[in-house]
Amino acid sequence: MLFDPLARLGRGGLDALARFGRAHRLLLAMVLGIGEVLRRPRLLIAQVYNVGVLSMLIVGVSGLFVGMVLALQGYYVLARFGAAESLGLMVAASLVRELGPVVTALLVAGRAGSALTAEIGLMKATEQLAGLELMAVDPVRRILVPRLFGGVLAMPLLAAVFSAVGVIGGYFVGIGLLGVDAGAFWSQMQSAVDFREDVVNGVIKSLVFGVVVTWIALFQGYDCSPTSEGVSRATTRTVVHGALAVLGLDFVLTALMFGG
Amino acid sequence: MARQRNIEILVGAFMVAGFVALFFLAMQVSNLNLAGGDEGYRLTARFANVGSLKARAPVSMAGVRVGRVEAVDFDPRTFEAVVTLRIDSAVDNLPMDTFANVFTSGLLGEQYVALEPGGSPDVLRDGDEIMQTQSAMILEQMIGQFLFSKASGDG
Repeated sequence: MLFDPLARLGRGGLDALARFGRAHRLLLAMVLGIGEVLRRPRLLIAQVYNVGVLSMLIVGVSGLFVGMVLALQGYYVLARFGAAESLGLMVAASLVRELGPVVTALLVAGRAGSALTAEIGLMKATEQLAGLELMAVDPVRRILVPRLFGGVLAMPLLAAVFSAVGVIGGYFVGIGLLGVDAGAFWSQMQSAVDFREDVVNGVIKSLVFGVVVTWIALFQGYDCSPTSEGVSRATTRTVVHGALAVLGLDFVLTALMFGG
Repeated sequence: MARQRNIEILVGAFMVAGFVALFFLAMQVSNLNLAGGDEGYRLTARFANVGSLKARAPVSMAGVRVGRVEAVDFDPRTFEAVVTLRIDSAVDNLPMDTFANVFTSGLLGEQYVALEPGGSPDVLRDGDEIMQTQSAMILEQMIGQFLFSKASGDG
């Protein structure tokens, strides 16, 4: 009686720890199963389609609007300091370093991650995964591995599209609407944005986010309780945990890359 | 089969779009220089004060960029700043008595190193030191001097 609350706390802690361990064992199994993708590239292509091509529209449109808003808001502040020519630099640096990778990862977590969780969870609930196992086909290799690498491959490309479209959106607003000089817009951007320091670091960020978001989505689906309620809860958890992981990791990565 | 093919085409188009975007970021947005193999050569210069000069700041001559600042270090013996400059190898005939200045682009802009050629027939080689330097203009000091001279002039 007396120790009931303590026992509940302990059980919760043990459960969380066990889930953590299962998630990492799943990641390890998926990374070791990379051979499956090389042997059956078709499976990978289908998943790049699911995560990449189908997310293209939302990522492109969001990038355009984020770039345009950045230009509008940035101009307001920069013009007060007489530095409106730095608009291109501000738009490009913030997109390439931060907003491109982060917003793309959040969008993919919502758009593709939730779909992955629901798909895997439903496969589990309808015992398709168990059926595969009965046929001596490893569901981790056959189902999960192509999805993981599809997500990892698609994420940096989506982030690059987001940043590029955003820069073009910022260009249209800056030059067309606000009357910033086009030459200064590009030259300031090119003189301050560094390829290795900014662009490559942004790509590294989105690779990490690609791994984390797809991993969380796949694990939540694979680990959900096989009921309709369990699948719905797992889908919610994917979006919440995915977003939190992306934002938290972004701080760590930014501190490592640009903080020194 | 036709559906599989459509998916493959769309994925191909997606990957092309992604790499085009990356290429755009590399070439148009950032200052990626494909002639990056040009390592150039190093010169050092000592300044009493470099202001807020940072590594990667441009080194210019007659207003044209001829190199970059590679490192800004402090010499604890002479209490001077030691600036390492990497000059493009195309500019290999800087006279021995070249003059190095730390300037600011615009009133509040970034600081850069400006080189002015001297008249010596000897040229600077890799690892040489530029002997004639002038420190950065510190805006606060200049304002202070200006106010001071104004005040003493009035009195």
